[in-house]
Amino acid sequence: MTTKPSMKAFTEQVTELPPGLSPVDNYAGERLMTSPFHERQAALNLRDSWEAWNGYKFANHYYDVEYEYICIRNLCGTYDITPMQKYLIEGPDAEAMLNRMVTRDVNKLKVGRVTYCCWCTDEGRMIDDGTIFKLDEGRYMLTSGSPSNAWLRMAAFGFENVTYVDKTDDIGALSFQGPMTCEVLKKMGFEGIDTLKPFGIMHFPFAGDTIMISRTGFTGDLGYELWITADKGLELWDALYEAGADYGIQPYGEAATSMARLEAGFILPYVEFAESLKTVHFKHDQTPFELGLGWLVDFKKPHFSGRAALLEEKKRGPGYVLTKIEIEGNKPAEESHLYRDKACRKEIGWVTSAMWSPVVKSNIALAMIQPKYLSGDIWAEISYKKEMKPRWKIAKCTVVDKPFYTPARAKATPPPKF
Amino acid sequence: MAGSSYDALVIGAGHNGLACAAILAKAGQKTLILEANETAGGLAGTREFTAGFSAPMAHSAAALPKTMIDELKLSSYGLEVGPALETVGLSEDGQHVHVIGDTVTGATDADAAAYPEYRAKLQRYAKVLKPIWEATLPRIGASSLKEALIYAQGALKMRMLGKEDMSEFLRILTLPMRDLVDEVFEDPKLQAVLSWDGLIGSKMAPRSPNNAVLPMLLRLGGVHGGDHMVPKGGMGAITKALLAAAQKQGVEVRFGAPIKKVIVEGSEAGQKATGVELVNGEIISAPKVISSADPKTTFFDLVGAPAFDVQFASRIKRLRAQGYVARFNAALSGLPDVPGLDGLSGRYIIAPSFDAIEFAFDDAKYGDASQHPVMEVTFPSVHDASLAPEGKHVLSAHVMYAPHDERSDWSHDARIRFTKAIGDALERHMPGIGSLIIQAELLTPKDIAADYHVAGGHWHHGEMALDQMLMMRPTYHAAQYSTPLQGLYLCGAGTHPGGGITGLPGRNAARQILR
Repeated sequence: MTTKPSMKAFTEQVTELPPGLSPVDNYAGERLMTSPFHERQAALNLRDSWEAWNGYKFANHYYDVEYEYICIRNLCGTYDITPMQKYLIEGPDAEAMLNRMVTRDVNKLKVGRVTYCCWCTDEGRMIDDGTIFKLDEGRYMLTSGSPSNAWLRMAAFGFENVTYVDKTDDIGALSFQGPMTCEVLKKMGFEGIDTLKPFGIMHFPFAGDTIMISRTGFTGDLGYELWITADKGLELWDALYEAGADYGIQPYGEAATSMARLEAGFILPYVEFAESLKTVHFKHDQTPFELGLGWLVDFKKPHFSGRAALLEEKKRGPGYVLTKIEIEGNKPAEESHLYRDKACRKEIGWVTSAMWSPVVKSNIALAMIQPKYLSGDIWAEISYKKEMKPRWKIAKCTVVDKPFYTPARAKATPPPKF
Repeated sequence: MAGSSYDALVIGAGHNGLACAAILAKAGQKTLILEANETAGGLAGTREFTAGFSAPMAHSAAALPKTMIDELKLSSYGLEVGPALETVGLSEDGQHVHVIGDTVTGATDADAAAYPEYRAKLQRYAKVLKPIWEATLPRIGASSLKEALIYAQGALKMRMLGKEDMSEFLRILTLPMRDLVDEVFEDPKLQAVLSWDGLIGSKMAPRSPNNAVLPMLLRLGGVHGGDHMVPKGGMGAITKALLAAAQKQGVEVRFGAPIKKVIVEGSEAGQKATGVELVNGEIISAPKVISSADPKTTFFDLVGAPAFDVQFASRIKRLRAQGYVARFNAALSGLPDVPGLDGLSGRYIIAPSFDAIEFAFDDAKYGDASQHPVMEVTFPSVHDASLAPEGKHVLSAHVMYAPHDERSDWSHDARIRFTKAIGDALERHMPGIGSLIIQAELLTPKDIAADYHVAGGHWHHGEMALDQMLMMRPTYHAAQYSTPLQGLYLCGAGTHPGGGITGLPGRNAARQILR
């Protein structure tokens, strides 16, 4: 369970209070919650680099961003995804309700499988993306980056036999990613984990409880997500770190995640897309087609929320499309504008995320580009600094179709041994 | 679809359903009306509330426009417009206020002198709105030049009022009734009477902010420019003429045919309404299903919210459509002798002042029935002798405020309390009437909802408020009679121009469908 911040230190300082007043934490409701793994993570967070996600304290990085990234790509690491919102959706109408809400066909999802999905407003603008876990017939877990209670309430209206419960604070969740992960899980005694296919779910007894392991993640590499009752969080952590000690296990934070996901071509809210319900300006949000997620939109379904608008969007074609590009040189094209010509006269898009990828050995980026210019020249205007001195350069870009980084082990079952 | 023997199914034989069906049939559409009850008319129909005694649910009409009467040739089906009814503000002391045409009597001389100008002004404004009231209002952001001209026409008419009058028009459009009326008139009874038509049917009292004036101007578009009327032979004549007009055009009508659900078929091409399933299990197919039921009943009960997008369903759910008007019908052994009144062919308002209405509303605002209800009374049997056995009569009263809300569970005790409060008010203003009552019936909005299949028991199928009017009625994406569900249309009072007996929603729906 979450632990409330200690009041002790504060009350000890206050020795004399006006009569009738007791010590009160005026900021009690504002303080960040801590995850079930916090105690161990805090001890390892040498840089005290914390951020907030959905009201939880979570790490940007622990020691060094590049080091954590190297661990993900070469060893194994844990990333605390407890703050991700988790909803248990149950009942005979659960499937129909999800099917009406998300653009993908949930009918096709089998028990013990996970699917990536997104959901849209009536206008076909993306509200959020997430995953649906089919735990059993009529029993699903939906995850999302931001709280979705209000949308679920609206989406469930009209279905008589469905309930949805926010389980975020009840479940501790760790994303465990990297080439060594399967070995570590085997060492922990999760027999048969090597037979688990990508997007599959398995359950194992653990600490008198049950642990759910899904072969999912956000790094594009071999990896798993571990789901456990919150009060068993520390036991899981200790067992995992004991088994992983010889495999270089290391916690990693948001910064390393962002690097790994960019290499995998995954999108982030408020980097690649603006959640539609929180967007003020008209069409400053995106459709799935703009984000290259058209494959998530299943028009074979007779109806889902936003279908009519998305059909229009598909016919019309999106104004911009999220595109993977490689850029010559080694200067990350962060926040760059993109042009059709080297003289930078005709602007055709902008970069959303960019980095020098150590594993691909390439200067990569995700960019929103007008589709009609994809076949021609694309030039990036890059601003950067050299020893604090601002500089700029124009660099040629090449469109890349596949994700930048796709190791075979990510899809191999069983994964290669180490 | 194969095996479909009709071009169009119309759900409900209310006046809008009948008007819609008649126009569709005239254009060659094979049309079937399915009515849950045993008679036509819906909330504009007539109800036998005790053996031998009947009352029209709408006991007078203000808004019935001449254009509708002419278009459907209702005169040739026996509809004869009656003379304007006088509206009377009853006083316990017999000093009543009478309003008819340009004439006010019983109030102060200043009030009487001011009334013609006030009425002329409102009628000028009603005329400005007429093209907008009667037309289908184009969808925002998706209108052709021709459609946009409807707005331009309204704007031009408004501009032609002249600068001062136009400013005045814009000023009063969203006033509370109290602010509109007490600026000009001083007699409390007259103030109450003149605010009445802006309030009744809605969840509104004289002080309720905005929205009252605009819907009232709609009623001024009727044959008597705002005065109510009862057709020759009684209110039933409207339904009779509409039914005859529809049947003459070849419309088939089935009574006692309640619908279980609208059939929705889905494929890779999307989903569409393809017919209806009756409660008895019978399936009737047609490419067009047109519902004169209110939006909530149509979208949620007949189709089901899951067939619609999340935000659209949510907007329908949030529509304000809770009825606040109860109906009191009484069988009388004879007509009362009301001091100061000569005959009982008018419309009698029991509401001595703004505050009487406002205080009655205060109870309802928090979910209780008014302790001291206000009401509008008519004697329909005076206009239509067939409503009661010879020598006997019928009293009909629209009573405010009776919330449909969950808090008013309308227990037996609550009904008795409310009935007694109505009886007390009637007795005070019509001494001796209690002893004339043979039998009476109270219909709360909850009863109206059940008997007439109207969610919330709301007269107008939804509040006539700015956010639920014009090109937004009932809400965007369903405000032009078509709905997000292919093959499903709306033609009831829940669409523009809304409630009241106009037939315009039905007619406009038919025109849109035939386009």
